[in-house]
Amino acid sequence: MSTRSDFDIIQRWIMAESRILDLACGDGTLLKNLKKHHGVEGYGLEIDPDKITAAIANGINVIETNLDKGLSQFSDNSFDTVVMTQALQAMRYPHLVLDEMLRIGKKCIVTFPNFGNWRARTSLFIRGRMPVTKQLTYQWYDTPNIHFCTVNDFEALCAEKNIQLIHREFVAERIPDKQLKGIWPNLFSDTAIYLLSK
Amino acid sequence: MPDTIPENSVGIVIPEVVHFDEPLELACGRILENYDLVIETYGELNSEKTNAILICHALSGHHHAAGYHSENDKKPGWWENHIGPGKPFDTNRFFIVCPNNLGGCHGSTGPNSINPETGKPWGVDFPPLRARDWVQSQAKLADRLGIQQWAAVVGGSLGGMQAMRWALEYPNRIRHAIVIASAMKLSAQNIAFNELARNAIKSDPDFHDGHFLEDNTLPRNGLALARMIGHVTYLSDEIMGNKFGRELRSGSFQQGQDTPVEFQVESYLRHQGDAFSNSFDANTYLLMTKVLDYFDLAREYDNDPVRAFSHALCDFLVVSFSTDWRFAPERSEEIVKALIDADKNVSYAAIESNLGHDAFLLPNERYEQILNAYMDRIANDAAPAQTETAVEGLS
Repeated sequence: MSTRSDFDIIQRWIMAESRILDLACGDGTLLKNLKKHHGVEGYGLEIDPDKITAAIANGINVIETNLDKGLSQFSDNSFDTVVMTQALQAMRYPHLVLDEMLRIGKKCIVTFPNFGNWRARTSLFIRGRMPVTKQLTYQWYDTPNIHFCTVNDFEALCAEKNIQLIHREFVAERIPDKQLKGIWPNLFSDTAIYLLSK
Repeated sequence: MPDTIPENSVGIVIPEVVHFDEPLELACGRILENYDLVIETYGELNSEKTNAILICHALSGHHHAAGYHSENDKKPGWWENHIGPGKPFDTNRFFIVCPNNLGGCHGSTGPNSINPETGKPWGVDFPPLRARDWVQSQAKLADRLGIQQWAAVVGGSLGGMQAMRWALEYPNRIRHAIVIASAMKLSAQNIAFNELARNAIKSDPDFHDGHFLEDNTLPRNGLALARMIGHVTYLSDEIMGNKFGRELRSGSFQQGQDTPVEFQVESYLRHQGDAFSNSFDANTYLLMTKVLDYFDLAREYDNDPVRAFSHALCDFLVVSFSTDWRFAPERSEEIVKALIDADKNVSYAAIESNLGHDAFLLPNERYEQILNAYMDRIANDAAPAQTETAVEGLS
């Protein structure tokens, strides 16, 4: 993981010197950058042994945690922002994780791969095959991503839960998606990025 | 010793005795007028004196953590797996200090030493100790070695308790605490196991109310039984099953045979107990198990671990092992939670292992990777210019 476009947007939404909890922090790149450029303090949660080692090497606080077992060890409103990048779709119960994030954090940032993107739709519609995208290269049978959603699905869940959408941004890497993502995000964005609060 | 010393061993080491003439005021209110600490050191202290690591030993440990005492030595020090050139506690980069704790029986002042007031061995009259007494004596040792601040204080089990106590008692003198397979306090079950062990020792007719040395006896059977009880709790059900199963060492279950049957596990435990009872002091065992039982990190901080840890300035690494039921991962997770709530820098690894509590002493690839990654970090900020930022940490 080097630079990721969703990370650039997240950095703009993080307040300097705030307290951050990064769920599924991977090798800690995001927290490392936030620490360096925004003076944040915080912790990353991760389950993958190699990524935990890499995060330690990156000098960030990483706590081995299985997010599917809940986050009861964290107190209400104990973090300024709880972040989860590209991992919602790998959770056993994404909606409950979202509840936990909003309980622990004053604000939350969630990014996920948008399965409403036309390339994914085309794969299913024309080829009749589960989409294997550039971002998500797994086959259906061995993917850790068990709960895919679209931009519309996610926003419907937020509406149902009365979650406030403070900001949303969409990322697309290719043409014509880049030009069209603003007009029709559910069809043209690769990645959706949300800033949420209760 | 193996035929040739492995390249990643510190090789032949010579313990040294450090004598202290200034009195040590103990937590129990009594005073040790003077005392010895026997220590081993590995590696070189750098000119800025920023690369020193203190290793705190556990219940039955001692100062001999790495290398060999002589060419006839069969076994290396107890943490040979992790201390040496190129190992996590890398003697090419760090100056490693491992003392035998006060009250021990391997050369530091303890129940076996002569009580200057009576001219006889202290025996059970040796003052009861707390982890803080060890930490205080280790701080005096640091003074003597010219070490103002440890790059890290490291320990497993009871050693981890000392590392945490260091962080609270001398916050300015420790940059990192590595707390492995430890707990903020023992559970009732843990205290119960320790009491079984103590009872085994005290019921040995050769114990003589703790004055066995004066009477020229040794409560070997009691001490062996105490060790057997302890040993069972340091292993997991799984590893005992894998190692011994129901295999027989002698006898048979065949009909018509009346020779008594001995399981392999029985013979193994007996061997462990016997070996231990020849090398350890019964009064030290009583003393050390009491230190374990009394330890409660947050007791004097209104029983609030967050308040306790708010006094720490160092960064923490906490490590647990999945099948450790004596110091279960949950105990480590309590430490981590308190550290997070106290806004301290902490990383936590829950290592998969089938070796039970003993895993902290044994080779494990992931355990070594975690320690290596963390020790790299410590080596990088061992430069004196960065000390200040490291100490400030999150708080």
